[in-house]
Amino acid sequence: MKPAAFDYVRPDRLEDAADLLAEDGVGTKIVSGAQSLGPMLNLRLVRPGRLLDVTAIPALRTVEDAGDAVVIGACITHADIEDGRVPDAWGGMLRQLASGIAYRAVRNRGTVGGSLCHADPAADWLSILTALGAEARLYSRRGRRTVALESFVLGAFETALAADEILEAVRIPKLSGRARWGYSKSCRKAGEFAHAIGVVVDDPETGRCRAVIGATETPPILVADARGLLSGDGTVQADWVLRLLGEAGMQDPFEQQIHLVALERAGAQARL
Amino acid sequence: MFRAAAPMTRSAAQGDATPGQGVGARLLRKEDDRFLRGRGRFVGDLKLPGMREVAFARSPVAHGRILEIRIPPDLRGTVFTAKDLVGVKPIRAVSGLPGFRPSEQPALATDKVRYVGEPIAMCTGRSRAEAEDAAARIEVDFAEEPAVSDMLLGRRPDAPRLHADWPDNVYLESLVVGGESFTGLDAAVKITREFRTSRQCMSPMEGKGVLAHWDTRREQLIVETSTQMPHIIRNGFCDFLGLEQRQVRVAAPDVGGGFGHKGVLSPEELCVAWGARALGQPLRWIEDRREQLTANANCREHHYIVTAYADARGKLLALEAEASVDAGAYSAFPFTGGIEAAQIASILPGPYDFPRYRCRTWSVASNKPPILPYRGVARTGVCFAMELMLDAIAREVGREPYEIRLENLVRPEQMPFDNITNKHFDSGDYPECLRRLVAAIDIPAVRERQRLGEPDGRLIGLGLSIYNEQAAHGMSVYGAWGIPILPGYEQATARILPDGGLEIRAGIQSHGQGLETTLAQVANEILGIDPARVSVIHGDTETSPYSPGTYASRSMVMAGGAGATAGRQLVPRLATIGASLLQADPSQVRFEGGHVRSASGSVSIEAIARTWYLQPHELPADVDRGGLEVTAGYRAERDSGTFSYGAHAALVAVEPRTGEIELLRYVVVEDGGVLVNPMIVDGQIYGGVAQGIGTALYEEMRFDAAGQPLASTLADYLLPGSVEVPDVQILHMETPSPYTEFGVKGIGEGGAIGPPAAIANAVNDALRSFGVEVTSLPVTPRRVVEAIAARSSGAPQPTLSTGFERA
Repeated sequence: MKPAAFDYVRPDRLEDAADLLAEDGVGTKIVSGAQSLGPMLNLRLVRPGRLLDVTAIPALRTVEDAGDAVVIGACITHADIEDGRVPDAWGGMLRQLASGIAYRAVRNRGTVGGSLCHADPAADWLSILTALGAEARLYSRRGRRTVALESFVLGAFETALAADEILEAVRIPKLSGRARWGYSKSCRKAGEFAHAIGVVVDDPETGRCRAVIGATETPPILVADARGLLSGDGTVQADWVLRLLGEAGMQDPFEQQIHLVALERAGAQARL
Repeated sequence: MFRAAAPMTRSAAQGDATPGQGVGARLLRKEDDRFLRGRGRFVGDLKLPGMREVAFARSPVAHGRILEIRIPPDLRGTVFTAKDLVGVKPIRAVSGLPGFRPSEQPALATDKVRYVGEPIAMCTGRSRAEAEDAAARIEVDFAEEPAVSDMLLGRRPDAPRLHADWPDNVYLESLVVGGESFTGLDAAVKITREFRTSRQCMSPMEGKGVLAHWDTRREQLIVETSTQMPHIIRNGFCDFLGLEQRQVRVAAPDVGGGFGHKGVLSPEELCVAWGARALGQPLRWIEDRREQLTANANCREHHYIVTAYADARGKLLALEAEASVDAGAYSAFPFTGGIEAAQIASILPGPYDFPRYRCRTWSVASNKPPILPYRGVARTGVCFAMELMLDAIAREVGREPYEIRLENLVRPEQMPFDNITNKHFDSGDYPECLRRLVAAIDIPAVRERQRLGEPDGRLIGLGLSIYNEQAAHGMSVYGAWGIPILPGYEQATARILPDGGLEIRAGIQSHGQGLETTLAQVANEILGIDPARVSVIHGDTETSPYSPGTYASRSMVMAGGAGATAGRQLVPRLATIGASLLQADPSQVRFEGGHVRSASGSVSIEAIARTWYLQPHELPADVDRGGLEVTAGYRAERDSGTFSYGAHAALVAVEPRTGEIELLRYVVVEDGGVLVNPMIVDGQIYGGVAQGIGTALYEEMRFDAAGQPLASTLADYLLPGSVEVPDVQILHMETPSPYTEFGVKGIGEGGAIGPPAAIANAVNDALRSFGVEVTSLPVTPRRVVEAIAARSSGAPQPTLSTGFERA
């Protein structure tokens, strides 16, 4: 399990990274924490001609308070959030959930941006940040653009990122003090990728109540207005959920069941 | 002479100079200092000048003929296929059991491939990456054939045939019949169940690894390999490479866990050994996790149909069973493709006493990697099948599962007991073991908790299992199995050094068992030498007497017995020299605590050793000229094996909607005879239970219908981690074996035997309101949910199909 040979570049400016991508975006694979890409390289499931390591770019490690949101650089690690190096604007939600991602060794290196770009439906951030209404800020020599996460992820392991684009930062709306949230993931063992994810975020201050079902074969299933989905005691409209799952192509009763339960648990947590 | 079953009938030479370091001491493990500091030396740490790394091009198809192998011209001389391996014979592991059909496992595939991952070409490079680059460029054309992906399909007459000269796909069919006739059997209860255990992969922290080179001075092939049994592996190298024994040295460096995976001679080892000699280059292969999972470390896949007959109280009247083992494509050396199924037939009755038994088994060849004997070997599956039957009977007759077991267990007054398959249970009190477990788990409290229900809606379940474990069995048992490994008499060398330190040289191999500590404790027990001054030298054909090695929980019993015997033979020699130095009559001295003592004084082993080696002119004329070094042999008074035993209890909470299972409590009561180091035994049990939890809940190497393995990384093949293993409460009993030195019993495997049965019984107890049982391992969330969902579907009942009239 050793990777095939590849070239390796590690620029320290975002512009240089964009130049390299413009020059050969298709043959280049961006790497940050390498917690998913590393094993895939070793298994020779991917054989890029060149690895573009973006971890030396200071601009990708910044955290910026943008008023009603926080903008975090793509190379912020899960541990940065877990340990509080990213100021908490979500009532402890991100900090707590970051601490449940995989194992500490993975969290030390794995990055939020890398997780989103890898777009594994079973990953935590994909579902969590979709539920929070986060946006991806993409950069290329052609300029910047901002894409809502639900549009950024096109499918399992598939994103809207063009060959010459790099994920620069993620803009995550803050939660008010009155916001309530719930998160449940079904794993057979600690640290494993989830088999089902449910997220509920309800912020009366902003009027936003969003629910996400994750760890499907598709992008996270978002219910942008989940007020009708969730009743006051935290139970969810099972028929509605099953319809959504069916529309997403999920036919297996066991899979449907564990996804429904994950959402119910998230809903119950949010209503506690 | 059988020893009395009294605890601790110690040698008179028990030490007092180093109190509490002999047999029974909870001594910290000597080897842990280097392991915990990362200073061990494994195959992966070894380097030789000019060493090249090896990767294998492996078959991507499960079954097919090789039409053509194309090797790019620039790789000539660095890539080798079967036609290059001149003089290398296929691996043959032949059981002497009647009707056994041997297979021929080529070091590299010749005309046919029989499992995904079978080595086709050995590729060498300056680095492993370069070798893998070469492997990726080998092109092979196959004429694919239908695969046998399941043992039950493989037994059908129309199944594809793995080995052309066989009439079917069965290595070995065996039948064991014991006790009274079934004719006229009238039982109030007759129940039949079908069970399956998954194919698993043994997962030592270190995979296999081998480094071989040809020593031109010695004219010797030197193989440093991660093995549990260097002498047996040397036999294999000699047989299959056509070398003399003196031309081969096999040495194990530190080995990071074995569990049976390192108890076989693999085709990769044979290739590397051949290449080292033929090419005159040191070659090293380090198994990676994908190779370990998909191609090598497969084990455990059983299928059972069992019918139990009992009276209305649950007393067993008869048991009949048929079992299949998915033995994979080849009979692995040395344990063969037949041992596991043969073992099933002989041990299915477990620790129970009942009057009628018959069991037919098949070892079935399939297009999967060869099955290897994993910790516990067939016992884990057998315990699962038998203990689920006992619980099914308990439900049928409406009694507590432990009560049914007490009805049927062999009683202490029957010991030693020859059971229905002629296993000789040496000692123990099985009902007492179970009673202690029942008391520890507090069954009435559990039943009350179940009655009240859980606030979160989960269902509580309690499950028990009880088993016994034959260990350190010798020729009288293995002779009947007829495999190329026949443990007879074990030897060890004890050598007192000029400074009074001691070397124990033994042919076993310690790969996690702590034998560098426990054998030093044995030496301390006999000679009183501080274990810190004892070096245990093991795992190397060059430095030790012959030994079949470390497997079947034999090393403490056998190497411990040999070490004690050798030490004891040194005592009169020490006494003679000591008496001379004390100017005392030899009959008036005693050896005690590392000193020879007379009425007027004492002399230490150090002084005696100094005299023997450096001042021989001061030795008495009648000194034993053998000096302070003895190689002595050992065999237990009976070599039918020690029988340690244990009872396990699992308390679980099951979420019926998702099938999630939480282990709330786990209790083990274990009787391993006299424990040389109870702390190390605890460690063995913890580790075994962790693996048993893996068998019970997580580990499953699935294959699709084409024989493709469906797990190739540890993301797909789930192993329990620390979070998944609860605190295990261990209670010890200590009934000495009447037949062994110190009364010790083999204890290495028991922890891994009990958990699947206890946990599955607990889950079924939790699910009893649904009237369903989970009967396949691992007990996954999906299996739980689907069992509940299928409760009203009226699935057909399993039936025995074998036709025992053929008996």
